[in-house]
Amino acid sequence: MEIVMSVAIGLLFMAAVYLMLSKSLIRIIIGTGLLSHGAHLLLLTMGGLGGTAPPVVADGVSVSDYADPLPQALILTAIVISFAVTSFFLVLAYRAYQELGTDNMELLRGTEDYE
Amino acid sequence: MSLVFLIFIPILAALFIPLLFKRLGQIHTGWFVLLVPAALFLYYATRLPSVMEGGTYVSELSWIPSLDIAFVAYLDGLSLLFTLLITGIGALVVLYSIFYLDKHREQLHNFYVYLLIFMSAMLGVVQSDHLITLYLFWELTSISSFLLIAYWYTRDRSRFGALKSMMITVFGGLMMLGGFVLLSIMGGTYSIRELIAQAPELAQHDFFIWALVLVLLGAFTKSAQFPFYIWLPDAMEAPTPVSAYLHSATMVKAGIYLVARLTPVFALSEVWMWLVAGVGLFTMVWASFFALKQKDLKGILAFSTVSQLGLIMSLLGVAAAAYHVEGAADSYLKYAAFAAIFHLINHATFKGSLFMIAGIVDHETGTRDIRKLGGLMSLMPVSFTVALIGSLSMAGLPPFNGFLSKEMFLTAMLSLQEFNMFSMDVWWVLFPIIAWIGSVFTFIYSLYFVFHTFAGKHQPEELPKQAHEAPIGMLISPVLLAALVVLIFFIPNLIGDWLVKPAVAAIQPFLYDSPQNVDIHVSAWHGFNTELFMTLGIFAIGGLMFWTLRKWQHLYDLYPDAISLNRLYDEMMLLSDGGANRFSRIYMTGFIRSYLVYMFSFMTFIVLLTLFLNEAFQIDFSNLAPIGVYEIVILLALVGATLTILGAKSRLTAIIALGAVGYSVALLFVIFRAPDLALTQLVIETISVALFLLAFYHLPQISRKEERMKFRFGNALVALGVGVTMTLVALSAHSQKALPSISEFYKETVYSEAGGGNIVNVILVDYRGFDTLFEIAVLGIAGIGIITMIRLRLTKKEGQHENK
Repeated sequence: MEIVMSVAIGLLFMAAVYLMLSKSLIRIIIGTGLLSHGAHLLLLTMGGLGGTAPPVVADGVSVSDYADPLPQALILTAIVISFAVTSFFLVLAYRAYQELGTDNMELLRGTEDYE
Repeated sequence: MSLVFLIFIPILAALFIPLLFKRLGQIHTGWFVLLVPAALFLYYATRLPSVMEGGTYVSELSWIPSLDIAFVAYLDGLSLLFTLLITGIGALVVLYSIFYLDKHREQLHNFYVYLLIFMSAMLGVVQSDHLITLYLFWELTSISSFLLIAYWYTRDRSRFGALKSMMITVFGGLMMLGGFVLLSIMGGTYSIRELIAQAPELAQHDFFIWALVLVLLGAFTKSAQFPFYIWLPDAMEAPTPVSAYLHSATMVKAGIYLVARLTPVFALSEVWMWLVAGVGLFTMVWASFFALKQKDLKGILAFSTVSQLGLIMSLLGVAAAAYHVEGAADSYLKYAAFAAIFHLINHATFKGSLFMIAGIVDHETGTRDIRKLGGLMSLMPVSFTVALIGSLSMAGLPPFNGFLSKEMFLTAMLSLQEFNMFSMDVWWVLFPIIAWIGSVFTFIYSLYFVFHTFAGKHQPEELPKQAHEAPIGMLISPVLLAALVVLIFFIPNLIGDWLVKPAVAAIQPFLYDSPQNVDIHVSAWHGFNTELFMTLGIFAIGGLMFWTLRKWQHLYDLYPDAISLNRLYDEMMLLSDGGANRFSRIYMTGFIRSYLVYMFSFMTFIVLLTLFLNEAFQIDFSNLAPIGVYEIVILLALVGATLTILGAKSRLTAIIALGAVGYSVALLFVIFRAPDLALTQLVIETISVALFLLAFYHLPQISRKEERMKFRFGNALVALGVGVTMTLVALSAHSQKALPSISEFYKETVYSEAGGGNIVNVILVDYRGFDTLFEIAVLGIAGIGIITMIRLRLTKKEGQHENK
């Protein structure tokens, strides 16, 4: 399962990077969204996908049966932060449209003659 | 401790200058500043009697003990001589500047702060026994010199000159640092005294010659030796007190100091002697020759300073020869070091006074162009007298101190005939001849300076101002210096005993163990010998050539500017400036995409390289979770949604597909037994999609449909690289566990230690509580950012309305 997951993660990262290299602001933001999904799954896979019980203490479950709680804790933090960043980006893009009237990165390039 | 502290007194005093300038502006700030060098001069003068006996003072202040770096103030004959020059000339220059710089129009607080910084730096250079702190102070003199040259920063020439001096001297300083580091590696110490003690062993080391050349580069750039002298004429854009102080009496002599100080370390080398003596002598004749080309009074003095520095440098080179000769203390070779130090003192007196006179002429007539000047003798009698004394001393005429040191210079050059090593037996004769030619030109430009300014025809119509004598205060300093010029001629042996001999003993510690052993007696008359005939020759030929100067001076104009060193410097600056600009424009495109490509490519490269170097490409098939049907279905949905995003024609499709990816991930969390994650992911994904749609839906004036992305091969390649790298990283990370996971600890102690059942929650709020705190902080910052951006728009719109 981990091998299949690894390939899927690679695919997510690839798509994310490809989107981030595009011209359109909204695609870049979608790219960052995909990137964070990929990172979350990566964390999960790195810890191993074994374990038969969720990491909640219950009677009759031995310690080795729990799924690894550490990646889950990390991912939980990461989800919230990626949400914060994504919404910040969105508002930034939205305001950029409003002020500049474009979302094309080629046009948003800094001017040559700033002197 | 106390000696180290004294070095910093000027810098500490500088802290109060702006306050004094602002609060007590009606009193010229210079009067307060004057106290600092004057008091220091008096204090250091009290150390003279014991240093004269060969005594030394050391005091140490630890700075960075872990790197063995400390401020070590070491006062011996050589240091004390320079210290007295710095504080003594410093006091006179400050006094002069009080009348030179107008208290209402000039930014005195800047000027005196820079000047005091320089004073501290210079004291540090000549007193430091520690190589690294010596370097520190050395660069500080370059920086304060830069600030002082650019004092009138609105002038283009000032900024140009300041930059030029800094580029060249800092280049030399860095080379010197390299030399110092090599020295400390060879000797295992930063202390100059300890290095001197092990000089013979150092000479055997492979690095020795490198250290020598690098240190000399530092000394030659600072002391304006050929071919680095070009910064000094441009530094004349500084206010005249600065030129008199930094660019004639003190800073440019730092290189001389360094060569003198390190002579005991390097003198055993043939290269040292040839380089120091050869470059010095060539500089002397070259600069004295081109001094006559100058039209600017300060330009003449600048070239003359370069020439005189070359003279002193060459004497130090000859002084190194004494190390190779048995019984040098009894031969004529002993004169070189004495002549070098003696001339250094004399040069400070006569050149200081000449600079001040040049400043006075500039101040009172409004021009320094020697072609417009002339006939000022009767209008400015005091200035003329001072200029005459200074110039004749520089030319080497009696009864002025320059005569004595010029005679000794010739003696030292002639003494090389006693030296028959390093192929000197063949070449020695060149030294006195070149020295003689240089002296002839020195004689001519000295007369040129004084007589073309003060004699001849007065041309009032050419002068911007009505010429008149300077105020008395401005004349005090030059008159004092001129008096010294005459006085030293009559008491040379007193000066010799008090100042010169202790310094000579420091330069040649292997010859003399105490200053009293320096057996040299200076006298104006020592019979009919070669030196006397050479001097008479200088007067005769020089006088004749000066008489006919107007007939041949225009020959200088034939010298093409195209092959000058200045041109070389300008071209190099243009080349490095333009080249660096063009180079960075190649990769700094202004597109974020380009920068992302660099980052991603580099990251991929680094990660793959690390994996490869550590042989971490392994897949462990033993510990895999089984592949289930649900997982495969969800993963297919995830991949499908991802591909949909890539191929989406409209943004709406892309956003919805992103949502699908997010929900697939949430479902994966469910399957992989992570209920908390699944819940959070579902909530967050829902809000995210809503936000996306909201932002997207309200976008004004932009069509909501967009063409499909064009396929770009380069981007795809980078993306593929990153994807493959991440897959490999995931596999590799899963397959190898370098350390046992801390998860086991959490699992076992969650109930007993933290009293909670949900392990993930307990980790977040208890074990890793701070992480969560910072997570909340990030969320808060993002929230503030969002609010600010939205508010920003509102305020701006209101502003626009008001404007309308």
